Amino acid sequence: MSEPVVWLTFFILSVFVGIEVISKVSSTLHTPLMSGANAIHGIILLGAILVTGTAHTTLQLVVGLAAVVLASLNMVGGFVVTDRMLQMFTRRRPVAPDPSADRSDGATSTRGRR
Amino acid sequence: MSGTPVWAQLTYLFAAVCFILALKGLSSPRHARQGNLVGAVGAVVACVIVFFYADLRHIVPIVVAVAVGTIGGFVGARRVQMTQMPQLVALFNGVGGGAAALVALLELSDAHGPGVARFTLVATAFTIVVGAVSFAGSMVTFAKLQELMTSRPVLFPGLPVVFGASLLIALALAVLTVVEPGSWPAVGGGVLLAVVGLAVGLLLVLPVGGADVPIVISLLNAFTGLTVAAGGYVLGNTVLLVGGTLVGASGTFLTKLMASAMGRSVLNILFGALKGGSTLGAGEVSDRPVRSAGPEDMAILLNYASRVIVVPGYGLAVAQAQHTLRELVDLLGERGIVVDYAIHPVAGRMPGHMNVLLAEAQVPYEQLKEMEHINGEFKQADVVLVVGANDVVNPAAKTTPGAPIYGMPILNADEAKQVIFLKRSMRPGFAGIENELLYDPRTTLLFGDAKETLGKLLSAVKAL
Repeated sequence: MSEPVVWLTFFILSVFVGIEVISKVSSTLHTPLMSGANAIHGIILLGAILVTGTAHTTLQLVVGLAAVVLASLNMVGGFVVTDRMLQMFTRRRPVAPDPSADRSDGATSTRGRR
Repeated sequence: MSGTPVWAQLTYLFAAVCFILALKGLSSPRHARQGNLVGAVGAVVACVIVFFYADLRHIVPIVVAVAVGTIGGFVGARRVQMTQMPQLVALFNGVGGGAAALVALLELSDAHGPGVARFTLVATAFTIVVGAVSFAGSMVTFAKLQELMTSRPVLFPGLPVVFGASLLIALALAVLTVVEPGSWPAVGGGVLLAVVGLAVGLLLVLPVGGADVPIVISLLNAFTGLTVAAGGYVLGNTVLLVGGTLVGASGTFLTKLMASAMGRSVLNILFGALKGGSTLGAGEVSDRPVRSAGPEDMAILLNYASRVIVVPGYGLAVAQAQHTLRELVDLLGERGIVVDYAIHPVAGRMPGHMNVLLAEAQVPYEQLKEMEHINGEFKQADVVLVVGANDVVNPAAKTTPGAPIYGMPILNADEAKQVIFLKRSMRPGFAGIENELLYDPRTTLLFGDAKETLGKLLSAVKAL
């Protein structure tokens, strides 16, 4: 196989995997999913490091470093903010002793155990 | 790929698998957090190993730049209020697209001339243009959500023509870059390509109305994903290609899901406003009479109801009144009243945003009812309490074909016996249109800041 065809294969298969893995997401998780996917494309940081590391001119270096800053903002910020959001979804289960939560107490703890 | 040792390629494969597991985890409530962590591990590992195999120079400045971005991202993500989440996601998405475009520009400046494979040049041109579109588009969405500019569609005469022209120019420049790599000044051409891409991004998002902006973030997210994938091809790096494609594909699919939750097509969201003035929203602020009352009367109404449905909206979150609302709902629950929260899929400013905000206030998951499950129950509801929501209960979505939200599925609050609206003012919602429900004889308005009003309502119910 010629190299472009190998890459095309990677691409097409990834498209199907990408659609398949999220096809059953509930609307509750749309925001964290969007934010998490956003963090994943922060992997461009790897590309930014590669091109900056091979820069020959000062201009190339400056542009490369700008790309590195932007990409790490994307990657780190994306993962941290997603985690913060998701923390709120999971945190409330252990909070059952909260007096105001009596009514749903039973349901909440069963959920946690399931 | 040729210069990458086998162990590094295997590590990239590991990272790619992490990304797949991350997306899989993120789509189920139980594994979402672990999923996100797995993705982060994959990304960090992939970025660290590059220092061990590649023959890199300028290591110190690179590490400093990574540190700057990391600290900035970390602090931004920690400090942001949950209500401002959509803007932040837009911002992070934009900088990612910008980074990809810069990477491709650098590749172009280094590797041009007849020796470069045509297909690589296609991918490079694609990365530059789409990365720039994503950057500019995301910055406009950021400005709209942060209310640095109007959230209404921005239109000017001839916008479709200018937009079409810039698309054609982008295409022509891309073709030149690919076909004439020898005679065409690669770097200058690349910069020009980026500038045109910025213009396209700007013109693409300006005409989109406020309520639709979240869908656009999701779409631009997918764009950035594809950009990163193309960048992966240019650099011969598998993890960029796979990671970027995963985000591109899942992001496109997610955009479609969100759009259909609003009863719209993606094309209609992007170009609806260009078709005519109707989508601007009439903006008619009438002085028709509305019924308003004090918290004491409303407390009686709530206290003697047997079924209450709460419709929370973005205004609730802005006033930071989630906790007070939860107290009120819990109190009513203790008195034997059945209370649920009706969550519209696009309540808040982003699909699923309201779930995050209420989760923050520790509202039990079981009380949050999705639209399709609760819409049949509004008929039986004695009181519907609308707190800081507007567009998601606007009957114009069903009755007024010209309205920008026409066709969007809404919560059937208009079917309830009584409706209480907690509102700051008569100002229309984010979509900029008037809500007929406010003038309905069954509706009572309670003006004021949501937190203050809910507090008064809470103490009035307690006193009964």
